[in-house]
Amino acid sequence: MDMNSFLPIQVPWTPQTATSAPKQAPSFFPYADNAGTVAAISGTDFAVLAADTRQSAGGNYLINTRYQPKMFKLSNGSVFGTSGFYGDATTFLNRINQRLEWYRHAHDKEMSTPALAQLISILLYSRRFFPYYVRVLLGGLDLEGRGVVYGYDSIGSYEACLSRAVGSGGKMIQPFLDNQIERKTQTGILRAPLTLDKTKTIMRDAFTSAAERDIYTGDYVEIFTITAQGVNVEKFDLRKD
Amino acid sequence: MSSIGTGYDLSVSTYSPDGRVFQVEYAAKAVDNSGTVIGLRVPEGIVLAVEKLVQSKLLVPKSNRSIQTVDTHIGVATAGLLADGRHIVNRARDEAESYRDIYRVPISGKMIADRVGHYVQIYTLYSSVRPFGASAIIGTFDLDGPQLYMIEPSGVYWGYHGCAIGKGKQVAKTEIEKLNLDKLSIVDAVKQAARIIYAVHDEAKDKEFELELSWVTAQNKRHEFVPADLAAEAERLAKESLNEEMEDD
Amino acid sequence: MEWNFDPFSNNSFNHYGNNPINASHSAGGIIQRTQSPKVWGGTTLGVVYQDGVMLAADTLGSWGQLARYRKEERLYPVGNFTAIAYAGDMSDFQYTKHMLDSLMIKEYYINDDHVLSTPHVYEYLSRVMYHRRTKMDPLWNTFIVGGYNNGERFLGYVDLLGTTYQSSAISTGLGAYYAQPILRKAVEGREGLLTEAEAIELLNSCMRVLFYRDCKVINSIQRAKVTAAGVEITEPYSVSSEWGFGEGVRGFGSQKQ
Repeated sequence: MDMNSFLPIQVPWTPQTATSAPKQAPSFFPYADNAGTVAAISGTDFAVLAADTRQSAGGNYLINTRYQPKMFKLSNGSVFGTSGFYGDATTFLNRINQRLEWYRHAHDKEMSTPALAQLISILLYSRRFFPYYVRVLLGGLDLEGRGVVYGYDSIGSYEACLSRAVGSGGKMIQPFLDNQIERKTQTGILRAPLTLDKTKTIMRDAFTSAAERDIYTGDYVEIFTITAQGVNVEKFDLRKD
Repeated sequence: MSSIGTGYDLSVSTYSPDGRVFQVEYAAKAVDNSGTVIGLRVPEGIVLAVEKLVQSKLLVPKSNRSIQTVDTHIGVATAGLLADGRHIVNRARDEAESYRDIYRVPISGKMIADRVGHYVQIYTLYSSVRPFGASAIIGTFDLDGPQLYMIEPSGVYWGYHGCAIGKGKQVAKTEIEKLNLDKLSIVDAVKQAARIIYAVHDEAKDKEFELELSWVTAQNKRHEFVPADLAAEAERLAKESLNEEMEDD
Repeated sequence: MEWNFDPFSNNSFNHYGNNPINASHSAGGIIQRTQSPKVWGGTTLGVVYQDGVMLAADTLGSWGQLARYRKEERLYPVGNFTAIAYAGDMSDFQYTKHMLDSLMIKEYYINDDHVLSTPHVYEYLSRVMYHRRTKMDPLWNTFIVGGYNNGERFLGYVDLLGTTYQSSAISTGLGAYYAQPILRKAVEGREGLLTEAEAIELLNSCMRVLFYRDCKVINSIQRAKVTAAGVEITEPYSVSSEWGFGEGVRGFGSQKQ
């Protein structure tokens, strides 16, 4: 396969010399898709993030393991989740945590969620021409204590949003959240803000449904809730087949 | 000293008219001032023992070790300036690793002594550097059995059945010569090494000392500190023999 | 503008060749530092059980379709409480062994009473693997890392991409298809109950299935056991097998009696 067909520019590690033989396909491909789903919802004074814990060997119909978390608490006010290539994800997580530690040493405080959102964007962009194959979500509370969720593409574009679902089951969950959370596609709209409990129920239902249809989503769902009291984690069963 | 004031003792890049390099000899003096270090080679392995003079009661026990491990099968005890000794050990570690990187087998005693000896010798050639104020006793177990080498500040090295450096080297060497090293078991070698260190220690001049004992045994060919119970036993026997000597006097 | 980066969009072929079904075809053209595996070790298995973890692998190093090295030991101890099993390129594994040896020697001579436990070795190894994949110069291996430290069992996987996961039953190569269901059925939820005898029988029976079905597995296998007592690796041994005419065999497929 021609590496440059999906990369935006010619990457430096393909042969460039005029004398070289006709271009051969590299036998090594540096990405895998370990799949799985991550979703996030922001509320008035809370954020809810959820991810299933299945890790798969992309494209091979193989379940690597039933429990390999892809969501991580970064501070008391923010949680980060990612699906895609797990090798990139762990590396990326290490880099974030390193930067957070430096920030704590320099400023003697936790980084705010909006600042962290910008940091993640920059870290993603640092690999603009050999991207981290990760679909990242960041959720937490902003400086005023409101729930916030940030969605990204793999190279650092990001936006704040009410709800976002990414990963192998993302395309199934997103319309459901559009309907239930953003009420974009709802008739007879009720404008009362969602409670935390209701939000968690919607999230759990979303994952139960995604696990029914997406073979790469399953085993367990971990639901992280971020409130002024801190981060709380719950784990529920999903179907395991 | 005949060298002082002649102007021939300021640099290793200048010989004296009678062909000596005084800076190297001064470096050897630094070693002579240090606590005694001995090495014994017996059929079952190598024993290294150090009379580590404790500079202050405030020091944490076992700090500033002068016996260090270079590779799993190599131990080095240094006498003289501890920091210089550490530098030599670091170089020895690099040499041992690079040998493994190339040949994929542990370096032999002869090779490590040769490489470290060469390194030390380099520091006797240039006016911009100072020779090492440390000697190193290398104990190892290779395919040919136990090996014991000593490297001096000049870079010269020899293989030994038993060797001693530092303050008490004369007495220690006399004591080692009395031992039947070809017949001694490794446990007895530990006890003898401890006894000798206690015997050469000059209580009048140097008050406190800590006994460091390590070995490389035929059993696992690893350099490690002598197990605490055996070390304690050896130390107890050493003190006992010291008391007996004093009663005899 | 959001750019959806999807390296898989125009080709679903398994490029990195860790799909055992097309592993033998994965040796493509060589470009610059990119390499392709030469001598290849196949299936490895790992399970946790009551007293620790157990790994198994056959001793074949294949050179293409040729059974080139029949006594290639694919299990290796790292320190006193960790063992690794490799699948993939033999020379890359030998390099890795040397790298880990150097690491353990450094840890030994530092002599500060701290030892590298299995999670440390695993993290180190996975960082190296990821780093090499990022240089487009991978170590063409799949490792199972097993260990037992201070009462904690550890079983983890790392491959040439730097993908990592931990599980109570792990298998690589064709074993991911043939052995994994058997292992999961026996181990999942019974991690603390599985006895040593049961674990041995389990691995033996999986290796037997693989010997029957995978033409790149030979009937010469080794097991590694990591418990509180340390690492123990068996000599190569064989499992019983039956190759007689299956005249009386019933019960497969649509044939019910």
